[in-house]
Amino acid sequence: MSEIDEITLLDAYRMMRTIRAFEERVHEEFATGEIPGFVHLYAGEEASATGVCMHLDARDTIASTHRGHGHCIAKGVDVKAMMAEIYGRGTGSCRGKGGSMHIADLTKGMLGANGIVGGGPPLICGTALAAKHEGAGGVGVAFFGDGASNQGTTLESLNLASVWNLPAVFVAENNGYAEATSSSWSVACDNIADRAAAFGMPGVIVDGFDFFAVHEAAGEAISRARRGGGPTLIEVKLTRYFGHFEGDQQTYRAGEVAHARENLDCLLRFRTRVTERDLLTDKQLDAVDVEVDALIDAAVAEAKRAPRPAPGDLATDVYVTY
Amino acid sequence: MARTISYREAINEALAQEMERDPRVIVMGEDNAGGAGSPGEDDAWGGVLGVTKGLYHRFPGRVLDTPISESAFIGAAIGAATRGMRPVAELMFIDFMGVCFDQIFNQAAKFRYMFGGRAITPVTVRTMYGAGLRAAAQHSQSLYPIFTHIPGLKVVLPSSPYEAKGLMIQSIRDDDPVIFCEHKMLYDTVGEVPEESYAIPFGEAGIVREGGDVTVVAFGRMVGMAEQAAGQLAGDGIECEVIDPRTTSPLDTETILESVESTGRLVVVDEATPRCNMATDVCALVAQEAFGALRAPVQMVTAPHAPVPFSDALEDLYIPDPQRIANAVKSVAGWKR
Repeated sequence: MSEIDEITLLDAYRMMRTIRAFEERVHEEFATGEIPGFVHLYAGEEASATGVCMHLDARDTIASTHRGHGHCIAKGVDVKAMMAEIYGRGTGSCRGKGGSMHIADLTKGMLGANGIVGGGPPLICGTALAAKHEGAGGVGVAFFGDGASNQGTTLESLNLASVWNLPAVFVAENNGYAEATSSSWSVACDNIADRAAAFGMPGVIVDGFDFFAVHEAAGEAISRARRGGGPTLIEVKLTRYFGHFEGDQQTYRAGEVAHARENLDCLLRFRTRVTERDLLTDKQLDAVDVEVDALIDAAVAEAKRAPRPAPGDLATDVYVTY
Repeated sequence: MARTISYREAINEALAQEMERDPRVIVMGEDNAGGAGSPGEDDAWGGVLGVTKGLYHRFPGRVLDTPISESAFIGAAIGAATRGMRPVAELMFIDFMGVCFDQIFNQAAKFRYMFGGRAITPVTVRTMYGAGLRAAAQHSQSLYPIFTHIPGLKVVLPSSPYEAKGLMIQSIRDDDPVIFCEHKMLYDTVGEVPEESYAIPFGEAGIVREGGDVTVVAFGRMVGMAEQAAGQLAGDGIECEVIDPRTTSPLDTETILESVESTGRLVVVDEATPRCNMATDVCALVAQEAFGALRAPVQMVTAPHAPVPFSDALEDLYIPDPQRIANAVKSVAGWKR
């Protein structure tokens, strides 16, 4: 931890805090009925996206999940465009054609949230392959959940990444539930990371409430990948603060969220750690909070004012040429 | 005399010329390099039917063997395409779409639209289709209508070595995902193919035979069957206009409609099973857009609504043949209200 400088620490806090504020706000706004469709919120899991993506740059690509807002923010997708997308506006990241589950920005190396569980890992084998061909040290990172850890696409991708020795990192975010089904029931081994051995790659288990633990494990995996040392499977154990989707009554779990929020929360732990060690002050962190809240307020206000897609856009952009 | 090569060689030549031209073009698939990691000769196979043979040594590092993991490597080809590569992935048999379809129809096909026009995915999936090799129900299907149904995909069915080369070159250069369907019974077909590189544009049908009595629209291997039928029918005084759409998506509706406007009679020949296939699609198009021109009911010559059988006694009945096409043409040519 001592090697993380002040600016980087502030950036990490800002990123986590932005994700939290974004998700808490979407939770509130969704309840008003103004946001169409369904949204799956990432609140509680911020240390994972942030701890990994702090190591990434323009050479690198990530693929995400249906719970993708945090990954998008962490990879630098514009927050206002994201909010507009969630509201289905023409100014959104995907011009209102994708929505919460498909926010993407390829110019930022964000290959999309993904509505298909297990959809991302094969794609990341491809971006990692392209990075290998480019030879500039780029990596691909596939975020997926405990549900996707049981998908054939994921297991095939772990194997292919090893066989091709790809610069890839697979980040399994195990929040304990695939929809409403407990991962302690649906994952046949004790830890998802245990599966790494079957694919000839290192498997690492990380406390997903601890930004510093994620940051360290991801840093090691990503630098190994950049050096040509092949893929890694990282299992990040964490808890989501909201339901599988907004509106989920969460009858399948009780007490876990309150416990996590009070005792484990990644933002609280981060703040305690950096202030106790005099790396950052409460004043600095509070200033970030104010800045982030203003950004989210503006994002919501602008999204609500933004024009909806024009009727003429219904069947455009299906192809480049047709 | 112009040079003649096989359909297989034509595809190989297209791949080689494009790999030569553009370093972003890579090739991957099961046994595509041919026996990677085995003690035998590298490049032994070049794909199960030898289409990529010889490329492995000419283009080091750009012809990749894959595990039998279609989801992973078709997905990898798609992912690599979003990062600027021009991958050509071999889905050995079209029947195997079942184990990787998500990556094709939920990922590749939708990126551009779903991401608001801000993605290009120039991937080509080469795949082998069709009956005739006694390969039975899981290695013989003509599933291109399923791909055709999906917005965002382009679907190509070359009927000759000439088309195979030019359409493959266009597929690789095209910025959209392309499903390139190679009929397994055509690989050894020989035809005139220019040595130089050329691209055949998508959505432009070829009129392989002109005639004023009946329009015959045929797809892929069925083009040759339709030509044979048309040859026989000419002896009976019936002149067929045989149209080869070359691509089912985009479909050259204009050429089909123009022909029907002039002949007033339509037969569509499609090796796919008969529900929601290219035959129903073309017939619906004509019924909607050229109803006034029709002088007889449309006829569809297709496989039956059944899986492809194994025994040659049954498989030969399964595949549309020139006789069935000729019968259909005669029925519309002689139709009286």
